[in-house]
Amino acid sequence: MATLDTAPRPQAPAADPAPARSRRQRRGRAQGLIGWAFLAPFAVVFLLFLVTPLLYAFYLSLFTKGLATGERFAGLDNYTRAFTDPAFLSGVWFVIRFSLVVIPVQILVALAAALVLDSVTSRFARFSRLMIFVPYAIPAVIGAVMWGFLYSPNFGPLEQLFGDGAPFLLSPDNLFYGFTNVVTWQWAGYYMIIIYAALQGIDPAVYEAARIDGASSRQIALRLKVPMISSALILILVFSLIGTLQFFTEPQVLTPISNGAISTDITPNVYAFNLAFRFAQFNYASAISFALGIVVFIGVYLFLFLTRKRGGFLK
Amino acid sequence: MSVLTRTADVDAPPVGAAGTPRRRGRRAWTSHVFLAFLVLYFVLPLWFLLVASTKSGGGLFNSPNGALWFGDGFHLLDNLRTLFTYNDGIYLRWLGNSLLYAIGGGVGATVLAVLAGYAFAKFDFPGRRVTFALLLGAVMVPMTALVIPTFVMLSEVGMTNTVWAVILPSMLSPFGVYLMRVYCADAVPDELLDAARMDGAGEFRVFRQVALPLMRPAVVTVLLLSVVGTWNNYFLPLAVLSDSQLFPVTVGINLWQGLAGANNGGGVSLYTLIIVGSLVSILPLIAAFLGLQRYWQGGLSIGSLK
Repeated sequence: MATLDTAPRPQAPAADPAPARSRRQRRGRAQGLIGWAFLAPFAVVFLLFLVTPLLYAFYLSLFTKGLATGERFAGLDNYTRAFTDPAFLSGVWFVIRFSLVVIPVQILVALAAALVLDSVTSRFARFSRLMIFVPYAIPAVIGAVMWGFLYSPNFGPLEQLFGDGAPFLLSPDNLFYGFTNVVTWQWAGYYMIIIYAALQGIDPAVYEAARIDGASSRQIALRLKVPMISSALILILVFSLIGTLQFFTEPQVLTPISNGAISTDITPNVYAFNLAFRFAQFNYASAISFALGIVVFIGVYLFLFLTRKRGGFLK
Repeated sequence: MSVLTRTADVDAPPVGAAGTPRRRGRRAWTSHVFLAFLVLYFVLPLWFLLVASTKSGGGLFNSPNGALWFGDGFHLLDNLRTLFTYNDGIYLRWLGNSLLYAIGGGVGATVLAVLAGYAFAKFDFPGRRVTFALLLGAVMVPMTALVIPTFVMLSEVGMTNTVWAVILPSMLSPFGVYLMRVYCADAVPDELLDAARMDGAGEFRVFRQVALPLMRPAVVTVLLLSVVGTWNNYFLPLAVLSDSQLFPVTVGINLWQGLAGANNGGGVSLYTLIIVGSLVSILPLIAAFLGLQRYWQGGLSIGSLK
């Protein structure tokens, strides 16, 4: 919070002063109504565009639609189908493998950049900070299109560097690296800014004390700075986990130029999209969306629960 | 600190040794090399885009100086003219649509988030704990899981293929509410609100004249985050819109990308349009970020410092 110094801060934000509380109790009922009045606009949008679609998706997922039979109640059949459908399962397996690679890579790049930026102050360091962050302002579609051009054997630089032996990063064997590169490029700068802001929030007196104790710069970075920003790291992990499990834009955009290496079921979201908009299987697509949402929710909740002592998010 | 004292004398540098001028100089030098390397990597696609947008349609494929340097002739202005006139200027329409969706969705999301965050931080209303737990749960619901259900729901009421189908769902920002609540709880003292009430100010006036000015950094941050989120959104407009006149620029460029692969430009090099169109579409947000540095650099960390 230290970087946000434009607003005055109360001395003890956590504890309400006693007189304010008793006054508040006297006005309890009125306060309750006013609180709800402020919350109401958001609550309406929340109900309409989060709760309703989720419930509706669940409702849809309980039916099947056949050409001959029409719509009929199918119970959990769509879910049994999903969890035995090789296309869905291979998509889930792909995003899990992808998360295990791309999340550590992104966070290591972001952390290394932030630690270096935190330790040097120069005009070039400030300039670098902005340049590393710039991809965040670029839509994922445009990012994917640009990297698609750079990967392209027709006019990308790889062909000009390596000649005919140039690797095509969207071939079946290299796809994983091609995607890792695009996603890291897109998001590492945003994570770097969050980590950097957290580092800047640490009181420098702590480093001074460590230095007097004889700690080297590397020890200060790894044993002092990293633990002190653990809640920022957890926030980033959660964001990137949610984002990677629902991987959609890059594979969707790069499909036409991948010569068929990107299949219509490469990730669960791409699969659900194709089911819905190519094959008009809305009931089954809803089941896939709902199942994916539940998987992500449970995964993230478990992660936050396990790290709750370090993070500030679930307290 | 005990960990540090224990490990400190392994290689026993005397106090202050880490900071002798020569070592510090060498470290600064390696730091700068590392940063220069990162800058090159992150700027590379943008550099390619800039260089490629000055080339003619044919020059893209056989450029004498390679893909990463300028070719023969400077065709940027020609390319821009083609971009803005192709297909009756549909590109400008897409830019306008993106702007409309980003402002509509972004401002809407911010207004709702400020009001709700203030309610959570400063009022003890019945059901506060339950609703806040719901909100935290919603932060973890992947938004793309909602896209197909939202599409089906909107098509039931005949609202697909309208601007509202993009703007209204974009107003939902549980994370924005969370940021507002965290920030408001710290930055707006209860005493100040109570004092204003004692002076006879109504609740809305207390909010607007006392609380809102104190929340400004968080407001700018949430506004920026939600405008960027809507401007960059792709899945939602792709699903709910089918009329290309309503497309935002992200979906439009991808439409061209699909057509270019099928060689369907009707005599115009679609690759040139995609490249110049991409360049023009990223300029507004980059300008906004450079101009508003003061605000977002601190603000983006609100959620992570508690």
